[in-house]
Formats: sequence, structure tokens, C-alpha cells
Amino acid sequence: MVVEIGGFAVADWVTLAPTLVLVAASLLVFLIDTVEPRPGSSSNAVLAAVTTVGSLLAFLVAGYLLVVGVGQERVTGPVSMFNGQLVVDGMSLFFVVIVGSVTALVALASYDYLAGEAYQAEYYALVLLAATGMSLMASANSLATAFVCLELSSLPSYALVAFYKDNRGSVEASLKYFLVGALSSSVLVYGISLVYAASGRLQFGAVAEQLGARPEFAGVLGVGVVMVLLGFAFKTASVPFHFWAPEAYEGAPAPVSAFLSSASKAAGFVLAFRLFLTAFPEVGGLAGGDPAVDWVVAVQVLAVVTMFVGNFAAATQEKVKRMLAYSSVGHAGYVLIGLAAISAPDSGFVLGASMMHLLVYGFMNTGAFLFVALAEQWGIGRTFQDFNGLSTQAPLACAAMTVFLFSLAGLPIGGGFISKLYLLAATAKAGTWLLGAALIVNSALSLYYYSRVVKAMWFEEPDGTVEIESYPTSLYAAVVIAAVATVVLLPAFGLLSPSAFNAASGLF
Amino acid sequence: MAIAGPVEALMAVALVGAFVVFLAPDDSAGRIATLVSLVPVAGSLWMYAVFDGSGNGLLGGDLAFESSAAWIALGRYEVAWHVGLDGISLPLLLLTTVLTTLALVSSWTPIDERQSQFYGLVLLMEASLIGVFTALDFFVWLVFWEFVLIPMYFLIGVWGGPRRKYAAIKFFVYTNVATLVMFVGFMALVFGLGDSVSSFDLPAIAQALRTPGELGTFFGIDPGTLRLVAFTLMFAGFAVKVPVFPLHTWLPDAHVEAPTPVSVLLAGVLLKMGTYALLRFNFTMLQETAIANAGVIVAFGVVSVIYGALLALAQQDLKRIVAYSSISSMGYVILGLVAFTPYGFGGATFQMIAHGLISGLLFMVVGVIYNETHTRMVGDISGMADRMPWTVGVFVAAAFGYMGLPLMAGFAGEYLIFQGAFASTVIPAAPLVTGVAMFGIVIVAGYLLWAMQRTLFGEYRLATDYDVSRAPVHDVVPLVVLLALVVALGVQPRLVYDMIQDAVNPLLHGGVLPWW
Repeated sequence: MVVEIGGFAVADWVTLAPTLVLVAASLLVFLIDTVEPRPGSSSNAVLAAVTTVGSLLAFLVAGYLLVVGVGQERVTGPVSMFNGQLVVDGMSLFFVVIVGSVTALVALASYDYLAGEAYQAEYYALVLLAATGMSLMASANSLATAFVCLELSSLPSYALVAFYKDNRGSVEASLKYFLVGALSSSVLVYGISLVYAASGRLQFGAVAEQLGARPEFAGVLGVGVVMVLLGFAFKTASVPFHFWAPEAYEGAPAPVSAFLSSASKAAGFVLAFRLFLTAFPEVGGLAGGDPAVDWVVAVQVLAVVTMFVGNFAAATQEKVKRMLAYSSVGHAGYVLIGLAAISAPDSGFVLGASMMHLLVYGFMNTGAFLFVALAEQWGIGRTFQDFNGLSTQAPLACAAMTVFLFSLAGLPIGGGFISKLYLLAATAKAGTWLLGAALIVNSALSLYYYSRVVKAMWFEEPDGTVEIESYPTSLYAAVVIAAVATVVLLPAFGLLSPSAFNAASGLF
Repeated sequence: MAIAGPVEALMAVALVGAFVVFLAPDDSAGRIATLVSLVPVAGSLWMYAVFDGSGNGLLGGDLAFESSAAWIALGRYEVAWHVGLDGISLPLLLLTTVLTTLALVSSWTPIDERQSQFYGLVLLMEASLIGVFTALDFFVWLVFWEFVLIPMYFLIGVWGGPRRKYAAIKFFVYTNVATLVMFVGFMALVFGLGDSVSSFDLPAIAQALRTPGELGTFFGIDPGTLRLVAFTLMFAGFAVKVPVFPLHTWLPDAHVEAPTPVSVLLAGVLLKMGTYALLRFNFTMLQETAIANAGVIVAFGVVSVIYGALLALAQQDLKRIVAYSSISSMGYVILGLVAFTPYGFGGATFQMIAHGLISGLLFMVVGVIYNETHTRMVGDISGMADRMPWTVGVFVAAAFGYMGLPLMAGFAGEYLIFQGAFASTVIPAAPLVTGVAMFGIVIVAGYLLWAMQRTLFGEYRLATDYDVSRAPVHDVVPLVVLLALVVALGVQPRLVYDMIQDAVNPLLHGGVLPWW
């Protein structure tokens, strides 16, 4: 197959270039490690640089492909390859942009965070492999590929959470993550088998075609669809498979928490979007007619419950990192609105809103976790009180953190403002008033607990004698870049939102 | 139409100035900020001098200093940067710029730590306030509307009194929820309009809503109910900001804990955001609904008037007295708006300006007294007239202004409101309701005279251990300037009233379509 990129005819697999860049970077990391395996040497800088540049390159290439229209309606339409196992379209490129940018920030921050640690090459390689899996998840177009990609991103993640193998918290977190992950994977794969039983197909589009033809399998299919939905709840940290998230995010090294809560969540969502909208639209009654299994209602319930669980739990936390972890669950609930408020006319609107929220979230949430990484480097403790008066010593980082938190809360200091209002508008547009009301209640609650951190940093007097001695350059750079990106996404929202809306509309 | 004009220039000066001040050393931050803020003052005065707008900006009137540029698309809705001024927004813009400068000067004495952050935040707030009163696109307006909360949250939380953290978060969450509620109401209207609007341009939406038959059914909700739901949600959202009883409880906390210059801006400008939005949205776009429910709305207004005044009567803290009396005064604005008479609308808008100046003045005076005595409790102070003759003189004048003494701005505003409300055909039993509301003035006179008697006159006594001397000149100058403005507007209300009347008249006649 031949496709055209910006006027050049190339083989279709070239459109997977962002993913290939990530794979190449991970192999390069292994290669560097073979050449110079001594830990703590200057090669750490090289490893971090390769990872950062690699993921940045993936980000830029994906952005370029998105801009020139590869895989989108206005040029060629979706590029399908390997017998429809993978597809490159606006949706997949958009999410590779998210994964690439988050990975780049995380890799940049990790250089300082991991200073002096052993097994750095393994760390960076795992990050890159997980990112590869995530970017493939964005392209996966069949149930089998989807499962393989999902595992490709999950397995390195388990290891990354346990990176501090002598730290009980880190190991415990990883064990919990792994057990819940294994359980939900089995639920997912069983659900896939049931869908396969009912349809006899694995490729998403083919599944959709077969489903209508076999009404006698409706029961099997229904169980299968629900189980698949639950399986994705794990990857996106939504109820009911959310409880690994606070443990894993708290125990893991902070950059890994940032990586998992931003990029991994986005990847889970893109796969869920594609699967449910291309394979099961009829099942949910989106294509007209009676829904066999009204998964839209199921997602609505999950969205509301996820919002409430995440935000109420976050409001009761005493540790900042754990609060962010629960808030990440809450945001999964917001993003679920993209599927929950979907309705036949103009559905690109609400899905695009969810995609934009994930994009902005990629910066603001990653930034917030990286600020926690910074605080861990300073050794100032983990609770809200430990952040007291921090602004007197590190005003720049605290200002950045304030930007992240307020943008997460949906105040007009960053792109989070527009994306949250988009979602709220989408609920009004779809007439799902309960979803809108839940979003308002939770948004108010989130403002309360986010501002607790702001209060600690700016309002309180410093009560300890902690002196901040070092200002790690790469961590600072990552935090500041994320803050600038978050702020810039407010005025520049319109530059990106059309691609999100077009990509979303492309799925229908 | 220009892409950028003087409005953007004012905002840019305040915004850039804010960041300059953030980086300035603490010693000079106050001076630099004040100097920077003189530019928007001069700019807005120049705009006032050359103002050539006419009619109501939302109802097809000629806007002055209009500029527009495409921004983003929300689905099929275009969001554009669109700002401009009409006879309603220009006086409020002037109020913002003038009060900001005076508040900055009045901060020189009380703000003695983290000055550069304080002054930077005030300028940041000024920039967004300018946006609130000039934006003509819903989304742009909403960005500024919400952004105001952020500097305010810090100003209360960092430099406030003992319970500042509680007050700051209460203010923050309360007003944020209000915005989201209002947002849903407005979006329901926009979506209900269907294909007749393709942008969030406020004039386009207002005109479409005033055209009968444009608002369609939305998810099975018929247009009439949709209007009512949207009106209720928006009214609730804005009522928090005004504040209207029973959504006022954040206000006393915020006022008492906020440092005085911040109270000045809070009472002087931020409360007006609420009444301004009510005027622009509820009373411009959904007139039928407002008129049909005038009885309920006026009840909220009158209860706010009386209840706020009674609460003020019960306070011992000078600042609390002024804070609660603001609830009372804002109730008059509601009364004027719901009257649906030319004087009602005009008087309500004028009252926004008048109350902004007078309540700002009273807060400032209380602040100056506090600077010297370090107490605000009525029982702690007595006989200040001997020690601070200028300050006390201004206090007395401001208090009488608040009571509605003729030849001061408050009189003009309240008189117009009462005249408008009295003649209203919309308010049920208008003369009676107006009479009840007027009784609020009596209570105001009661608590202000009582407070003055106790604190200003009689034998000198001070419960705190401070040596009271005359206030420094830079504390008194803003007081005198404000008092002069109050008197000027009282003697000649037409300085701004003419343009206000010109802008509110289309609300009653000659809008897009008179519906009666």
C-alpha cells in the first residue's frame, strides 16, 4: 500500500513513524547500556537525552503527520495496514502526540530524579517500551492487537512502579498494580473471547458488521461488552478497577506516576473510544434501533461514580501525591463523559472535548506530579503541611504548581478551563443533565482540595527548617515547560481543537 | 473593525505591569504599581472624553472602541475575541481603573510584607476586570469573569486577617460553583437557539433571544420552560456575586478578612460584576421571563435590602457594618432592574457606580482608622474626631453619602431607583414594595449614625495600645479624591447618567423587537 505524506508517496507503514521512533530509541538505550554499562557514569545523561529526544521526535513527527492530514478525511482517510490490524488516523496521531509529549517531559525530569540510581538504562528502556505500547494502543484496530498492545504497555509499567526495589512502598505498589492488572486483563481477554464468540471476528469494523446479523448471540455479546468495558476501566483508572491507582502512583517514583497517570490513561481511553465506537456502535444503539446492551448508560453510571469516588477520596487525603492520584481517578470520570454523553448527531463535539481534556491533562497532571518529584528531591515530606511556605524558597516552581492545580480545577489560567467547560457544554448539549450536575459538584470539590496545596505553598508560614539547597535543572525545566504549555493551551486551544474534533468525527 | 484597540492596550498595560511588579523589589513595588495603574486611568478618561457609542451594545447599538478577532471554534460555534464599550460598560470601566489606582495608593501603609506579589496581583485583577466589563463574547467574558477569582483568592488568603484561609476558600468555591451553574444555564439557551446563532457573540445571542420564535425546543423542554430554567440558573449564579440573600454568606467573611484595599475593590468593583451580568444577561436577554417572575425577583431584592441592613445594625465591627450594608445597597440595584422602567434601569446602573465609589470610600476610611488604631470594633474606639480631623471629616461625609444625602452620588442613584420602581407596572404592588425597600434607608441611617456617634465623637478613648496620630498624606489623598468624585456625581449625575440612559433605553423600546 502506498500513501502520500505531504506530497511524497511512501509505504503505508511509514505513517507508524512515531511509534517506530520510540522503538528505535529504546533499542538505542539498550545499545548504549551494552557499550557502557557502569552505573552512575556520564552515560546517564546520554540515556536521558536519547529518551527525551526520541519521545520528542515521536511527538513532533506525530504532530507533523496530524498537521499534513495523514489518515484524515481531508487527505486519504484512515490508513489501514496489516489486514486492518492497525490503523493510523487523526485519532491515533492525536494520542501519540499526547503520549510523546508526556514521555518527553517525564524523561527530562527523570535525569535529575534518578541521579545516583542504578539500572538507569533499564528504566529509560522500560519507559520507551511502555510508550511504544501506548502509541500502538492508539492505532490498534482489532481485539487481538488491542490486547497485545495493552500488555506491551502494562508489563513495563509494573516494573517501573517497582523501580525502587529496596523500597517497601514501591514494591508493594507494584504488586498491587500487577495483581489488579492481571485480574482486569483476564476479565478483558474473557470479554474479548465472548465478543469473538458472538461475532466470529476480531477486527473492530468486522465485529460491528457481524453483530447485527446474529441476534441470537445477544446475551453472550452483552456479557462480553460489559467485561471489555470493565477491562478498560483498569487502564484508565476508572471505577471499578481504580483502586490500584492511588497505591501505584504513591509508591512509584514520581516521574513514573506522572507517566502512568497521564500517558497510560490517555492510551487506555483512545483504545476504548475506538473499540466502542467502531465495533459496538449498534450494540449501544448509536446507529439507531434498540440497543442490545446499552453500554452508553453503563458508561454514564461509571462516569458519575468515578467522578465522585475520585474527588471525594481526593478531598480526604493528607498526602499530596495521593491526592493527585485520586484526582487522576476523578479526571478519568470527566473524560468518560466523552463516551457517556455521546449521541448520534454532532457526537464529534463531546468526544473531541474529552480528547482535548486528555491533551491538556497530559501537561497539567504530568507537571503536578513532576512538582511532587521535585519536592521528593528536596526531601520536604509528602503531606500538605510539609509544603507550608514553600513559595518563599521556590517561588518559580510554586507558581508553576499553582498553574497546574488551578488548571486541573478548571480555572482560566490554563487549557484545563476550556476543556472542562467543553465537557460541561457537551453534557448540556446531549441533555444528560445528571452528568452535568455531577461535573459541577465534583469540580467545586476539586477546587477545594487543589487549593489546599496552593494554600500550603503560599498562605502558610514555613514551619520547618528545611532549606532547599539544590535546584535540579532538568526537573525544573520539565516543570516549567509543562507550566508554560498549560498556560499557552488556553489562548492556543483553538489551534489544536479542530484536529481533535475532526479526529473524533472520523470515528463515526 | 480593528483587531486591537485601546481596550486591549489598557489590559496589556495592566498585565505587563503586573509581571514587572512581580519582579520588582518590595520597597518600590507599591510606587511602580501605582504609576503603572495611572495609564489605564488616563486611558479610560480619554475614552470617556472621546466616547462616541450610542444605544445598547447588545441590542445593535453603536459600540465604541470595538475590536474583534477570531479565536477558537467550539464545535460549530465560533468564539471570537470581541470587545467594545457602550454607555453601560464605560462608566464601570472608569470605576475599575480609578478605584484600582486609589486602592493601590491606600495599600502603601497597611501592606508591609510580600509587597511585589500584592501589587502585582492587584494589577492582574485590574486587567481581568477590564476584560469583564468590555468583553462581548460569552467565552472571552467568562475567561475574565473566572480569572478575577484567582488574584482575589490570593489577596484574601495571603494578606488577610486571622481567618483569611477560611474566607479565601469559601469565596473561591462559592463563586466558582456559581459560575458553573450559570454556564450550564447559558449553554442550554445557546443550544436551544439551534441554528439561529453560530457563535458566542453576546449581541447576536441577545438579539436572537429577543426575537420571538427563535428559541426552540431543547430535549423536550419547551421554550418557555427553557427560558425559566436558564433564567433561574443564571440568576442563581450571578446572585452569588451580587450577593443576593440567601447566597450572601461568603461576603462578610471575605470582607472582614480581606485587607482593606482589597475590600475596596471587592465592594467597589467585584460586586458590580454580579449586577452587571444580571443586567446584561437576565434582564437583557430574557425579559419576558424576568417580567413574568418579577414578583419573586423583587422579593429577593427587597429582602436583601432589609435583611442586609438589619444584619449591619447588629454588627460591632466597622468593616462588617459596611460589608453587610453592601448587601442592602445591592438589593436596591435588583429593585431598579426588575422595575423595567427607564429610571429603574438607569438608576440601577448609576447605583452600581455610586455604590462602588461610596462603599469603596467607607472601606478606605475604616482602613485608615484601623491603620492608626489597629482595631475596628465600635466599642474600642471613641472620639477619633480630635485626633484625625481629616479622616473623620471624610468618614462623616461618606456615611451621609451612604444614607443618601442629596448632592452626593448615592442620592441620585437611589432616588432614580425609587422613582423607577414606584412607577413600575411590572412589580406587583409597586408603590408598596418600593416603600418597604425605602425603609432600608432608615436602618442604614440608624447603624451609621450609631457607629459614628460611638467611634468618632465624644471623649477620646482607645482600647488598643497605639499612639494615634494624623494619617499620612498618601492615606488621605485617595479619600479626598473619592469624596470629590462622589460629590461630583451627586451634583451632576449627567456626567455618566446620560450615556447610561442612552444605553438602557433600548432595553425598553426599539430593541430588536419590542415584544409588547
